[in-house]
Amino acid sequence: MWRFVGIRLLQAIPVILAVITVTFFLVRVAPGGPFSAEKAVLPEVKAALEAQYRLDLPLFQQYTAYLGDLAQGEFGPSFKYPGRSVNELIGAGLPVTAELGFYALLVAVIIGGFAGVIAALKPNTAQDYIPMTAAMIGICMPSFLLGPLLVLVFGIYLDWLPVSGWGDIPGDKILPAITLGSGYAAYIARLSRAGMLEVMSQDYIRTARAKGLPEWEVVVKHGLRGGLIPVVAFLGPAFAGLLAGSFVVETIFQIPGLGRFYVQAAFNRDYTMILGTTVFLSTLIVLFNLLSDILAAWMNPRLRAQFGEN
Amino acid sequence: MSLLEVKDLAVSFVTRMGTNKAVDGISFAVDTGKITAIIGESGSGKSVACYSMLGLVPMPPGRIDGGTALFEGQDLLQMSESQLREIRGRDIAMIFQDPMTCLNPFMTIGKQLVEPLFYHKKVSKEQAKKRALELLEEVGIRDPETTFDNYPHQFSGGMRQRVMIAMALINEPKLLIADEPTTALDVTIQAQILKLIAELQTKRDIGVIFISHDLAVVADIADQIVVMQQGKIVEGGDSDHIFHHAEHPYTRKLLAAIPADSKTPMEGEPETLIEVRNLCTWFDQGKNKEPVKAVNDVSFDIKRGEVLGLVGESGSGKSTIGRSILRLVPVTSGSVNFDGTDVTTLQGGDLKNFRRRMQMIFQDPFASLNPRMTVFDTLAEPLLLHGIETRKSVASGVLKLMDDVGLARNFVRKYPHEFSGGQRQRIAIGRALATRPEFIVADEPVSALDVTIQAQILDLMQHLGKEYGLTMLFVSHDLAVVRHLADRILVLYKGKIVEQGSGDDLFERPQQDYTRQLLSSIPGRALLE
Repeated sequence: MWRFVGIRLLQAIPVILAVITVTFFLVRVAPGGPFSAEKAVLPEVKAALEAQYRLDLPLFQQYTAYLGDLAQGEFGPSFKYPGRSVNELIGAGLPVTAELGFYALLVAVIIGGFAGVIAALKPNTAQDYIPMTAAMIGICMPSFLLGPLLVLVFGIYLDWLPVSGWGDIPGDKILPAITLGSGYAAYIARLSRAGMLEVMSQDYIRTARAKGLPEWEVVVKHGLRGGLIPVVAFLGPAFAGLLAGSFVVETIFQIPGLGRFYVQAAFNRDYTMILGTTVFLSTLIVLFNLLSDILAAWMNPRLRAQFGEN
Repeated sequence: MSLLEVKDLAVSFVTRMGTNKAVDGISFAVDTGKITAIIGESGSGKSVACYSMLGLVPMPPGRIDGGTALFEGQDLLQMSESQLREIRGRDIAMIFQDPMTCLNPFMTIGKQLVEPLFYHKKVSKEQAKKRALELLEEVGIRDPETTFDNYPHQFSGGMRQRVMIAMALINEPKLLIADEPTTALDVTIQAQILKLIAELQTKRDIGVIFISHDLAVVADIADQIVVMQQGKIVEGGDSDHIFHHAEHPYTRKLLAAIPADSKTPMEGEPETLIEVRNLCTWFDQGKNKEPVKAVNDVSFDIKRGEVLGLVGESGSGKSTIGRSILRLVPVTSGSVNFDGTDVTTLQGGDLKNFRRRMQMIFQDPFASLNPRMTVFDTLAEPLLLHGIETRKSVASGVLKLMDDVGLARNFVRKYPHEFSGGQRQRIAIGRALATRPEFIVADEPVSALDVTIQAQILDLMQHLGKEYGLTMLFVSHDLAVVRHLADRILVLYKGKIVEQGSGDDLFERPQQDYTRQLLSSIPGRALLE
């Protein structure tokens, strides 16, 4: 098991290194620079600025110096938020985004899992078609459309929930979580439907019925575990995706999360900020993938035994 | 009054393609203390009949058209789902064909065992566990205390079937339905399980329905036999009647399909085609672990035109030998000399040319045929790949092959799933013959087939073997089948050859204990003598 984790972590190093390298050179190839939009400054000032951010060094030296910083866990100073480091900025936005992502994931798992299982129990009937059609709409519906729609209905017409904010008014976290989670709920519904359909056609389900178990016990005790393994394996990438994809929702509901940093960073050519957020998120994606793989394998006794041996 | 009395039971499946009468008005009875066998090929309705009585056939598409099934005087077909649920697992229990898939892989066997007990009776956890351990002991699971918390994958197929049996018996049912309980098992394990079922049945004096496609399997244990074909019962009676005075042609056909005779030995001294010397094929298990010695220092010859039978249980290395000769698995050491060339050292183009001369037929024709290729594509591919036919002549080559293996020419554009198991095996044989090989490895080619189909395919292979002048390595766990086809037989045990000789030698004068054990496991031995 530890061997497996170790190997996976080692495999992650070249992946993240590739992400760093590609991002590092791509942002510098992009036209413009962090200070090009500002008023003309004196050459001495410009030189001093560039020296401060190491922009005066040859490109490759900038790259190796950046890698050196990274190795110490330093993302470097932000270009656009003078005096603040990228670490601080990420540290400020992350808790909010992580909380939002967590609620969204909760919404996705509960609604999606439930819908998928319900659909799989009576395939090709209304009980299947209705949730699955909803899931299709959920996948197709972009959050910049769903968010305002929800705000219109629940925030303005019905006036049940706050239209924006984060942690200021009770209930203001509900709409953002639903908006962000609904697309993932749809994916999870489809995954759990497929998983449950497969499991419910297995011979051991017939065995369970032949024992005289009531149908709901057959589903819950014998079906769910196997049927939901694909969902568990999807949770890691889903959570990472939720963190990275929260920008639109954060903008709609004016949430002070991470999302706005990396979008603004790209517009501003804030090199260190772009790199910092990219590296941070890619590391998260790798980690969460690993976590969900471990969890999914642990749920399967056969794979668990193999883990134990290694 | 019988324990179970089925009268005019009719079940059909309603699909968009029309209504299919799976069970067409059958009547039979099961008495307490007796084993009633229902025999028929796949699709004959034997399983559907039993499942439908217990409400285990999904409806729709299934539909009960009529009849009664009186269990202790009460009609099962009229019961509500909740009434049936009370009976399932308490009064009527089931064992299924494939113990690999019929136990939940995510639950320990202990948990699965006590489930019917908790559901049908009020027992404490300790009582349930105690009862489960007793039963595990009774069905022959070693060390039940520790294995109680094991998962199904930690058991062998035979042991899993024992667990299934324990689970079925845990509530002391009055009727046990065993659906092909030994079909997925090795012949020696099959004999043990059959014995176990018969013992448990006698001891408990319960009624048993034993569903099987193989008359030989039930020969030793059944009291009553019902033969089904296409949803109808064609003949029924006590065991003696069926085996010795069968009237219906289909029953006779089933009896005739039990391979019994030995092949007449070859004449003269043909040249040696393949020389296997000190062959070892080991599989690495990772660092610091003993490799699995699947084939361990095996030497033998195969003469040109000979059919060499290779028998042994699963894990004896019989399939690995075939694959090693064909270089489908890497050989650890030793040599395989094919017509003067050592094939273990061949590379690249030489290997490809050589592969053309040797082909393989697999056990499961469905898994080994590409589901997205029509018969035409499947057969044309090797013909074109090896340059045997040109693009222009390939169509006639394919049709010739289809004629040879007995497939109607108008099937040429169909896909594998549109064929029956026997037809698919014919396609697989055709594909193997396409390259005009000299040597064929047939790995359990008939194990997945119904007995009458099995007989047809064996006949076909024998016939084609002569016509194409083939040398064959015939791998099987079924001694009777091998005896029928092979000139010589090698008996393998744990990667080594323990005995060899002609079919008659082995059957009449076995030298080794292991061979004797294999022979005594052949179902329906009494029939053969």
